[in-house]
Amino acid sequence: MSDSFSITDDEVDDYYEKLKKEAEAYGYHLNRDVEFTKDLLRSILINKGRYGYGACPCRLASGRREEDLDIICPCDYRDPDLSDYDACYCGLYVSGAILRGEKKLKSIPERRPSPEDRKKIKNAIKSEAGVISSLPLPVWRCKVCGYLCAREEPPEICPICKVGRERFERFI
Amino acid sequence: MKSQHVDGENREKIFLFALSTCGWCKKVRMLLENLGLEYDYIYVDLLEGAERDEAVEELRHCNPQLSFPTLVINDEKCIVGYNKSKIMEALE
Repeated sequence: MSDSFSITDDEVDDYYEKLKKEAEAYGYHLNRDVEFTKDLLRSILINKGRYGYGACPCRLASGRREEDLDIICPCDYRDPDLSDYDACYCGLYVSGAILRGEKKLKSIPERRPSPEDRKKIKNAIKSEAGVISSLPLPVWRCKVCGYLCAREEPPEICPICKVGRERFERFI
Repeated sequence: MKSQHVDGENREKIFLFALSTCGWCKKVRMLLENLGLEYDYIYVDLLEGAERDEAVEELRHCNPQLSFPTLVINDEKCIVGYNKSKIMEALE
């Protein structure tokens, strides 16, 4: 694959400033190692150019958006990884403990299921569909940050973490 | 497979499955280069079609989760992720 997506330093700097501001406003922290962090952000911008979506730079994207929704940054695994390992899989987002230097950042295990397991999970969810709820409205859950809302359809953009409607799942 | 070769001291057979965009993959490459070792690597994200499938199948043998970086030493020992102490130990 020829890599014609050269990203300028200015683009990376702008992205960094914007993301850092957003992260801090919503209780998240970017890795303080600015060089490492900017390398990751450059890679996300490269992936946006390559695939049309900002796939996780540390995972192999398929090029098919619907198969990779779970790994569009911020990925579905960021928050559980922050809870269990104090960092996301890439080391882009870190916990307060790492930010304050109380813990050290390290490479963590992959939480995303293997391609075979992802297929099984998808089929299991399909067979669960149709569970009748007595609530007046369905409850939608943002798979990235856990935000819940009871309304006919999920919001266009998550009001908490700003990911798109396609990242919501029917919760109840 | 269309891998890249890096010259250095020839001790073990070292092969790295990596992504060109991944920070931890870069750290493994930097470690190998600081150690001055000869190794081969492949950026799976830069491959397409049959070439990518072939590399993925090869990786699946030692790491069914298909995660990166995966370092294979002498075609048998497999180290997943940037685990400096494990890598150093295996290459001693």
